[in-house]
Amino acid sequence: MGRIGKAIKGELNLSKIRLIARLDIKGPNLIKSIRFEGLRVLGNPQEFAQKYYEEGIDEILYVDTVATLYERVGIHELVKKTAQNVFIPITVAGGIRSVQDVDDLLRSGADKIAINTAAVKNPDLISQISKKFGSQCMVLSIEACKQPDGRWEAYTDNGREHSNLEVVEWAMKAEKLGAGEILLTSVDFDGTLKGFDYDLIKLVSENVSIPVIASGGFGDEDDFKKVVEDYCADAVAVGSALHYGKFTVKSLKDKLRAKGLNVR
Amino acid sequence: MSDKSKNNVVIIDYGVGNLLSVMRGVEVCGVNPVVTNCPDEILNADRLILPGVGAFSDGMRGLSDKKLIEPIKEFVKKGRPFLGICLGMQMILDESHEFGTNKGLGLIPGKVLSIPGKSAEGGKFKIPHIGWTSIRPGNNSKDWQNTILQNTKKEDSVYFVHSFYVLPKHEENTLASCNYAGKDFCAVINNENIYGCQFHPEKSGTVGIGILDFFCNEL
Repeated sequence: MGRIGKAIKGELNLSKIRLIARLDIKGPNLIKSIRFEGLRVLGNPQEFAQKYYEEGIDEILYVDTVATLYERVGIHELVKKTAQNVFIPITVAGGIRSVQDVDDLLRSGADKIAINTAAVKNPDLISQISKKFGSQCMVLSIEACKQPDGRWEAYTDNGREHSNLEVVEWAMKAEKLGAGEILLTSVDFDGTLKGFDYDLIKLVSENVSIPVIASGGFGDEDDFKKVVEDYCADAVAVGSALHYGKFTVKSLKDKLRAKGLNVR
Repeated sequence: MSDKSKNNVVIIDYGVGNLLSVMRGVEVCGVNPVVTNCPDEILNADRLILPGVGAFSDGMRGLSDKKLIEPIKEFVKKGRPFLGICLGMQMILDESHEFGTNKGLGLIPGKVLSIPGKSAEGGKFKIPHIGWTSIRPGNNSKDWQNTILQNTKKEDSVYFVHSFYVLPKHEENTLASCNYAGKDFCAVINNENIYGCQFHPEKSGTVGIGILDFFCNEL
């Protein structure tokens, strides 16, 4: 129980489950890797974003995969160009380290920013951003990796470095600090198209009262239904399955509706 | 049909929020908006938009620091169209109970309250309310004809992101409502020339652009 839009019996709730297109970026290109390793160049990210918008995607998520490594935010121009003709929320992740970085991105047309590495190094940054721009703008990005003991650890630097933070504790702490949403990506399932790390999603979603976006592993409409209805995801991020043309946004939403899901 | 590009639509810049999206949303309606914090330009606007995200008290402080509260009130008295978006809508009301009680612009009677995380029946809901939710006429609202919702269909979905909602004192000021956390709340507030949207029309795809278009060009 408890996910957004899942009313208990007799209650009306008209909130739609959000379908978010996740676009991983390297330099000028849309790329996709598997479990955060190896990558294929897929094309111009702006063109993909525009196409998804026109087909009816609910949000766009840009993840600059090399920004943290190069210690700079590199996709202002892409965000600026995208915001010209895409009238849905745009979230930007990758390399954001300060209130000033956030301000610059919002001025470029981003609506929300997602932070992983810098928040791990300096959790107070979450409070600073949420105070200045509102919690609705501060998304905590968690890259979760399952450990041999069965727990999940948050990784930083695009899934490369250990943080020694246990994922659920970190999520709960970030909520207290003012995060408004959690982008929860399974490093183990990313790009596999084999379904989500379901237990991870449920564990985090049930322990916070802010929305959780399930990311990493989407393969088909059954995965979507399962993670939303049984594992408490509030929104779903889809990458490979859209980029490689397994689904269009429209064909996916048609299938979701046919499964009885409340999508826009 | 008049030349749209000559419509003097002013967007208030008081240091809060993503103005670029609102600007761009107005631009695709064929209008070149003026983005300003100058009291005279606000007073002389044909149509006025008050955007905003973040905390209520910060928003009111922003308006107060830039000495914009009186010019906004004067503008509204002229009967010209006014649109508040998200926090800009909430500030239309008398007061907010977000982190203590803060005074609003008082353009339409009512107050701003936090969305409860639990419904009366015990359902648990995530806060903020983030996402696409459908809107419908309020219980006692007038027809949408000749309002900013003229181009909107009942049950169209629009994009919300908020932790607080407005409760107008008079039910007829709720032009459209929306259901979340097991309760109906005001999605569009209206009294004569004054409008406010709790959702973001500039982020609500073609439905939202239709709302901005009517506000900028028809109202």
